[in-house]
Formats: sequence, structure tokens, C-alpha cells
Amino acid sequence: MTRKQRRFTLIGAAGLVLALAAGMILFALRDSVAFFRSPTEVSEGKVRAGERFRLGGLVAAGTVNRGVGDRVAFTVTDGKATISVSYVGILPDLFREGQGVVTEGVLAADGSFRADTVLAKHDETYMPKEVADALKKQGVWQDGSKEVAKEVAKEVTKP
Amino acid sequence: MINELGHFALVLALAVAVVQTALPLVARAADGVLVRVADRAALLQFLLVGLSFGCLAMAYLTSDFSVRNVYENSHSLMPVIYKFSGVWGNHEGSMLLWVLILAFSGAAVASFSQALPPRLRLLVLAVQGSIAVAFLLFLLFTSNPFDRLLPAPFEGRDLNPLLQDLGLAIHPPLLYIGYVGLSVSFSFAVAALIDGRIDSAWARHARPWVLAAWMFLTLGIAMGSYWAYYELGWGGWWFWDPVENASLMPWLAATALLHSAIVMEKRGALKVWTILLSILAFSLSLLGTFIVRSGVLTSVHSFATDPARGVVILVILCLFIGGSLALFAWRAPRLAQGGLFAPISREGALVFNNLFLSTSCLAVLIGTLYPLALEAWDGSKISVGPPFFNAVFIPLTLPLVLAMPFGQQLAWKRGDLAAVAQRLLASILIGVAGMIVIYALRGEQGVLAPIGVGIGLFVVAGSIAEIISRAARSGGGAASVLRKALGLPLATWGAALAHAGVGVFILGVASTAYQVERIANISVGQTLVLADYELTLTKVERRDGPNYTDTVAMFSVARGGVVEAVAEPAKRIYPARQMPTTEVARITRGFGQVYVALGEVIEGNTVPVRAYWKPYVLLIWLGAVIMSLGGVLSLLDRRMRVGAPVPAKARRKLVQA
Repeated sequence: MTRKQRRFTLIGAAGLVLALAAGMILFALRDSVAFFRSPTEVSEGKVRAGERFRLGGLVAAGTVNRGVGDRVAFTVTDGKATISVSYVGILPDLFREGQGVVTEGVLAADGSFRADTVLAKHDETYMPKEVADALKKQGVWQDGSKEVAKEVAKEVTKP
Repeated sequence: MINELGHFALVLALAVAVVQTALPLVARAADGVLVRVADRAALLQFLLVGLSFGCLAMAYLTSDFSVRNVYENSHSLMPVIYKFSGVWGNHEGSMLLWVLILAFSGAAVASFSQALPPRLRLLVLAVQGSIAVAFLLFLLFTSNPFDRLLPAPFEGRDLNPLLQDLGLAIHPPLLYIGYVGLSVSFSFAVAALIDGRIDSAWARHARPWVLAAWMFLTLGIAMGSYWAYYELGWGGWWFWDPVENASLMPWLAATALLHSAIVMEKRGALKVWTILLSILAFSLSLLGTFIVRSGVLTSVHSFATDPARGVVILVILCLFIGGSLALFAWRAPRLAQGGLFAPISREGALVFNNLFLSTSCLAVLIGTLYPLALEAWDGSKISVGPPFFNAVFIPLTLPLVLAMPFGQQLAWKRGDLAAVAQRLLASILIGVAGMIVIYALRGEQGVLAPIGVGIGLFVVAGSIAEIISRAARSGGGAASVLRKALGLPLATWGAALAHAGVGVFILGVASTAYQVERIANISVGQTLVLADYELTLTKVERRDGPNYTDTVAMFSVARGGVVEAVAEPAKRIYPARQMPTTEVARITRGFGQVYVALGEVIEGNTVPVRAYWKPYVLLIWLGAVIMSLGGVLSLLDRRMRVGAPVPAKARRKLVQA
């Protein structure tokens, strides 16, 4: 085999593998990514029925309801809209009322969110970036002002 | 006082690093004196950064809360070991550890690479120095760990409770030695490009450094995975989280580099590619540092992130990656071609290895950065999770592990696949038999796990076959084969062991399909049945620790009615931060574990419990440890120790080359 032929086989093989990988990546990116949505976006109907997505916002104060077994219900708010969330399982340690949360799951027929994952965080001063951005959009969050967000979470849940 | 000394030492280290970087500019010709100056500078830089690190550690150990960093991340009641590991449990301290290990790598090159041609050594130390300059500037101007607080508070704010664990003492240093250790091969590559001379001797000099960094990276990732497994209480060991991917990418690149450097050393081929990989591996380390420290990607492992300072790391990253790649583009075309080889050969197999490793690395990179790109493109926020990575990564690594036992046995230049397949016949049969048996026993849980078990067995058996077929090449009885096997070079044993480690790891991963999970609310006296085990809640009690309070649930763990152990999972509250953590109870049985985690305890005698039986789960981390041990063996091989005494004739040749 000459040098040229060798190079062609090598480049050909590399190209083939790369093309295959690119195909797989594109296919998987179309099917298996989850969009991040705020409660406002969900209430505006931006979510298709049955679509898996991440819902993020603040856990509204006084809405966490521990039901039978390991069933939990709570409300997620971004200051403008609220979505009720149901979850079966054990909540992460830093899940608290008035704090940021990111959950993943699908919308049920009655408009509530059925979460199968509640993401944990590692630091009580940490706010998921997406949640902070969504809250900023609603004008209820400025950098470094966690208290404001807490107040909002309380206010929205007042009857 | 000690605090200011630490700060001052850091400034001095910066000055020394500047000198170390500028040396090759002063004198173009290789100058014995200058090389010695560079050596001393590298050692001095390490001593100074070490002194600085020691001063910060001192402030932590004596709970000097007049230092802001100590105040924010420590507490006087914390056990001593956590006070010490707390030094790097925050942004500033962890960057200082990063720089310390960088300086250590430079000092190690100065001490151990004596056989390196003087000009190359000067350049390597200069590049190493330039990285130190960038990160010391970053530390001093944006992340100074020695800032004071006035007036000094009486008590610290405590270390994040999740970090108050032995894992913090072990995982970051190991991982950083791996990450930053890759800077040495990067410096070697850039120095060789500047020097314009790249030959197989280069690979010979660079390989031990790559291998050492790879070993620590492997251990560091495995340790981090085990830590997350028991600390987070979700029972998972890998979540395809951005921070995890940030460590996996350099590992994949370093693994590819490890293999391509062999081809370059033995056959003089793949030079351009090996140099490029050296640059990419460290670039991915820098990218990882950026992802972890900046928090641009939402991660479950994010601690103390700071987007503003992250941007500075991004600038450093662009400078080094851009600069080195530009240099590469300019110089690489001038490199000479290497030796010829047929597609079916050891070289061919190693090219195959590199092709799949780098493609899978690319896939992980795309999956990790895609959310960033999309957000910049149209503002939509997405998360790319396990479904994506499993769908892409597994098919890409499958051919790799299947080809591994074959590649080990192929001859250089031109191999005989049929002969190799014949030698691997027993291994193939073992794999297939394992697959069929597992499928027959547990077929209802899908076909993927039996395939995984089969591949894992094949890989382990293939490594054993490699040793046997080498030892038995010239025939002879069992005793002589054993004697010959023991006489094989350590590097051969090292490679076989590392590859067997991959097989063990795959067995561990495949067995996760057979785990049993139970989530329930359990009251005192009730029993939870978990596979063969019965967990009975006997008592719920409070226990006070040094700086926390535990709510402990005591379970008796019985099998067939016989109590074998007591599991004591707990919910731990740290008053200083009012933060709860989950203390998982693990009962090890063989390679499997009973894993019990508590949810939030609301009533006194009823606890929400998540319990798993995880058969063979320890094989996941054991596999990684075996891989690293293989690396140790290879590193101990005489041929790897470039600094080892070489006959005078050979040495002359080396210097002239």
C-alpha cells in the first residue's frame, strides 16, 4: 500500500466514523433534550402536550403538601404565573419553600406538572442560572437580592 | 502576619514565573547556565507557592477568621481534617491548589527530565512558567485567598456541609494532579513546536508525564464518582452532568494521547496527531476548569461558582488554546512523515483507538456545550441529559472496547487478524457464554446488560490471554510459561492490567441494570424487603456530633431471618448553615452494596426511606483503580524511566538527536 492509499483509507475511515457520530448526535439532540420553561411560558401555552421539559422557579411558600406515602405536591412560581407540581419520591435535602427549584417531567391533562426528577443543589446560596434568568425576566429578581425573591414567593401565594 | 507572608510568597512566585517564562528570549542558544537557572526557577516557584499554600492552611487550622476566606468557609468546631481540606473547598483556595500543582509539575520536570535536551527543557519550563504567570495573575487580582476582614468575626460561616467529608480531602487533589499534570505534555508539545524538532525521542520523554497525569485523572474521576454516589443519596454514580463531562473529556483525550504517543515512540508515525492531542488534552482541562469555576452550565456539583471571574478564566483559556493551535497550524506542516503500516497492524489498532476516543470526546463536548450555543443563538434554554449521552457515547465506545483485546495482540507494521482471533478464541467463548447465561437467568430485564456482561468478561479474559500468549510464544510447560510471564516487561503487565480494568468497569456498569430499588415510609418495627435482604427499622434517635446533629434511623439488615449488620442512615443538620445533608448507610456484601438513604423526617417514628440493593456496584470503581494500577506498573518499567541510567553510548546519541 502506498503512502497516498494509506492516507486515503485513514481519512476515509475517520470521515465515516465522524459522519456516523454526527448523525447520531443530531438524531439524539432532536429527541432527547429538555427545554427549560418558566411557569409564565407554560401558562402562555408554549409547551406541546406530552413534551418533556424542565420547569423552574421558586417553590411558593406554604404550598408543599406531603401526601400519602412518598407523594409530594407543591407550587412553582415566577412571580407572575404558578404551576402546581406533583412528584413521587424523596425530595433533595435543599428543597425548601421560597427557594429556587428545577424539576423535570411532563404536563398532565389537567394542566399540572408531573415531575419525575427534582434537581438538587449543593449550596444554600446557589440559585440555578435558568431560574435566576426567568425571574429576572419577570422583574422580580436582581443579582444578589435573594430576599426579594423570597418576598415574591410569599406574596404570590397569599389568597 | 502569616497571612501576609502567604500573600507575599504568591507575588514572589509570580515574579519567578515571569523570569522562568522570559529565559528562552534572553538567550537563543542552549546555554548550560540558563537551563540551570530555569530549573532553579521552577523549584523556587514551587517552594513559594507551597509556602503560600501552607500559610493559608495555617490560617484554616488556627481558625483565623480575620481572613475572609477562612471566615466564609470554616468553623472553629470543625474536625481538623475538614479544616485542612476546607482550604480547597472554595473558589480561591481551589485555584491556589490548582496553581500549587502546576508549580509542582514544573518542579517535577526540572528534577526528573534531566535527559531532556537543554534547549527543549528550557522551552518546556518557559511554557510551564507562562501558564503559571496567567493563573497567578488570576489569583492575585481576582481571587486573592488572603483578603482580610476588619473587624474579625468571632465565628466562621462553616464549610458547605456536603463538603465536610473525606471525599473532599482526596478527590480534588487527585483530580487536579490529573488535570494540571496534562500541562506538562502541553508544554512539551508547544516547546517542540517552537523548537521545530519533533521525533520519537520527544514521545519517549513526554510519555511518562502523560501516563502519570492519566493515572491521577482516572483515580480522581473514580473517587469523585464514588463520593457523589454516597454523598448525594440518589444512588447514581454518573449523571452526565456538565461538571462530570468536564473531567471526562480530558480523560478521553489523555487516553487517546497515551496510545498515540506509543505509536510515535515506537514507529515514528502519528507525530502531528500526537502533538495536536497533547495541546487538546490540556485545553480540555482548561475548559473543564472554566466550566466548573464559572457555573455557566447548571450542574449538580457546582460549588462556589462565580460567573464574573469565570470570564477571566475564559480569556486565559482562549489565549492558551488559540496561541498553541496557531503555533501548531504554523509549524505542523513542516513535520516529517512517519513509518508506513498496514491497516491491520498494531499501529492501525491504535489509530482505531484514537479515532473512536476522540470522536466520543467530541460527542461529549458537543452535548456539554450545545445548551450554551443554543442559548446564545436563539435564547432558548435546554438541558442535555443522560438520554443524549447514553444514545451517543455507548455506541461510540462499543467498537473501541470490542477491538481492544485484538489490538493488544496485533503485530507492529502488519498484523494477522485471523491468528489473533484464534488466540482470542477462549476469551470470545467466555464472553459469549457469560452473555447467554446472564440472559437465560435475567433475560426479562432487557438485552443490554447481558451484552455488557459478555463484553466485560471478553475484555478481562482477553487481557489474560494477552499475557499467556506472550509467555507461551516459544512453547514449554506450565512452569516455564509462568516463569516467562513473570519475566515479561512491566509495561506489558501494565497494559494488560489497565485493559482488564476497563473490562471490570464494564461489568460493574452492566450490573447496575440488576439493582433493586425500594422507596417507602417505614415506621419503627416495620420491615422493608429488598431483594434477599430484610431491613427492619428498630429505632429512630438523635445524636450530636461536633458541629452537627444527626437524626439516625437504625435498621437491622437480615438475610433469611439472620441479622447480618446494622445500617444507620441519618439526616444531618448543621446549625451554622441550617443545612441538612443525607448520610447514606452502605453495607458491603462481596462487590455489592445495600444502600439506604433517608428522606426528610417529619414524624418521630416514621421515616421516608430510599433503599437499594446494588449487586457488583463496587466493580465500577474497582475497575478504575485497576486501570490506574496498570499505569503504575507501566511507569515503573525501566524503559519508561527516561532519567534512569543509560549506557554512555546511548546517552551521547540521545543528546545529539
